[in-house]
Amino acid sequence: MSKKIALPKSSRRKFLAGLTATASLAGSIRSLAEAPAYPTRAPGKSPTELGGKSTHESLARIPAFNIVSLTPLEQLHGTITPSDLHFERHHGGIPNIDPASHELVIHGMVERPLKFNLAELKRLPSVTRTCFIECSGNLNTRAGEKSSPQMLCGLTSQSEWTGVALGTLLREVGVKPGASWFLAEGSDAPLMTRSIPLTKAWEDALIVYAQNGEAIRPEQGYPMRLLLPGWEGNTNIKWLRRLEISDAPFMTREETSKYTDPLKDDTARMFSVVMDARSIITSPTYPMTLEKGWHEIRGLAWSGRGKIKAVEVSSNGGRSWETANLQGPILPKAHTRFNLPWKWDGAAAELRSRAIDETGYVQPTSKQLVGARGTGNQLYHLNSIMSWIVQDNGEVIYKPEYLG
Amino acid sequence: MDSRYLSKTPQKTLTSGARDMFSYHLKNVALVVLSATIAHAQAEQEVSYGIGRPVANSEIAAWDKDVRPDGRGLPAGSGTVAMGEQLYGEKCVACHGASGIGGPFDQLAGRIAEDAFPFATDPSSVKTIGNYWPYATTLFDYINRAMPYDAPGSLNTQQVYGLVAYLLHLNKIVPADATLSQDNLAKIIMPAQHRFVPDARRGGAEVR
Repeated sequence: MSKKIALPKSSRRKFLAGLTATASLAGSIRSLAEAPAYPTRAPGKSPTELGGKSTHESLARIPAFNIVSLTPLEQLHGTITPSDLHFERHHGGIPNIDPASHELVIHGMVERPLKFNLAELKRLPSVTRTCFIECSGNLNTRAGEKSSPQMLCGLTSQSEWTGVALGTLLREVGVKPGASWFLAEGSDAPLMTRSIPLTKAWEDALIVYAQNGEAIRPEQGYPMRLLLPGWEGNTNIKWLRRLEISDAPFMTREETSKYTDPLKDDTARMFSVVMDARSIITSPTYPMTLEKGWHEIRGLAWSGRGKIKAVEVSSNGGRSWETANLQGPILPKAHTRFNLPWKWDGAAAELRSRAIDETGYVQPTSKQLVGARGTGNQLYHLNSIMSWIVQDNGEVIYKPEYLG
Repeated sequence: MDSRYLSKTPQKTLTSGARDMFSYHLKNVALVVLSATIAHAQAEQEVSYGIGRPVANSEIAAWDKDVRPDGRGLPAGSGTVAMGEQLYGEKCVACHGASGIGGPFDQLAGRIAEDAFPFATDPSSVKTIGNYWPYATTLFDYINRAMPYDAPGSLNTQQVYGLVAYLLHLNKIVPADATLSQDNLAKIIMPAQHRFVPDARRGGAEVR
């Protein structure tokens, strides 16, 4: 069980602790469908303009505290998150933006300040890529053993994004010599801003307007957002309206007082934007109950630094590891599905997974992570190995480890 | 500022001369020529597409409200601690508590003895403006763009300077009779500024 620790008063803490209270929300949804006894003996429904999910399915995000909603990771398959289940994190609600009056302005250290509307962006060469977006605060460090992956770390999702390479737009405006950073600003209530090095802009940054084949969902930044593959979610500014090219970072609130990582040497790491490699088991996990016999240990692995090279799985608490199968294509900076057939013999077991990325980084244990970073006020980039206990009655529970 | 934050050269950009050469617009080029160059443009991206419209300085000014650590972007104006205290009582206290402590949202005030920085070792430590915010300019920028939560953008310049002055006073950084303006705000050195370091993670086997 999680330790009882006197905590500072903070909305973030309350948010994390409170997730447990909303845990039963998704599970309480029941199918309302009345299926006919013999569906083959009468014609079915006619075609419709817009499809929907089977009425027998009840997938749902868990919204919490008016600032996030969590993706039901353990109920999804493959690697693409359905757009309506993509996690949310916003700092002042979802703006309702009319694309006809929305413009992206690029100015600052440029030869020609320019503005682009959605139609103009769509005339430019398009780029499509699949990658994850993960909130850097994606671990509920206060969760108890009756916690699902959704409740623990449902702030990661993956989409196929389409848009324009930011480099294409920068060539249109002409970046002046000496420029090295840019500010990205959203058109939401708090005018969300982050400073981004121009090196990322030239490397792989996109301005995207489509998600999984259709316009971006309002929660994800409609009509356009910044996409920085592999970087912490907050930097992927949604509802993007302005890019200001500069020669230094702007030191906004979200890159100074938030989204920085205290270290044991009494400093704080800033611009720690790359997401280190991580894996999570999605099945078997709470609230499943297993029968003896064959199951498949399944999960997702990803790294902000490139491709997943391997995922290893342990069923004995880390004493021995087996290499899992990776489902291709293995894309850089993308959720990668792993699986491993596993025969449960009825004895208590402890399941773990660890990711290894192409840079040679091995997902650390919580002990290693605490050793490197300390505990205390850690909120971000907590990517350590997670453990699930299969009890001898078949019930699966989470094994909480105090991280900060 | 660490040199890491300055003068990075874009990895895939060209020399400034070459950039000038390829970034001219093709507005007057015959369409047939443009069509013929599409394949080349996509491969090399050395051609401007002439897409995007000029922005008037007034349009930029309406949105360009950001304030930087060196004071660039601070609007002309000033505000006092007393003015900020009154406004805080009207607009801020419900979320952030009396004197910046005890509200349902972020605690704003508080210093730690000898300005220690125990955030990776002491779970009871609470981040505040006085013990964790590295730049006073960020306070102006953030309040100006995002506060109060239910009415962002509703404060005038004088009010924002006043609130910044009051919050810095609550954190024992400026005296009770302080007036802050575009001339002196960026000169304030926050207690925690020297604590902030660039990310040292570089991938590879080491866990950092």
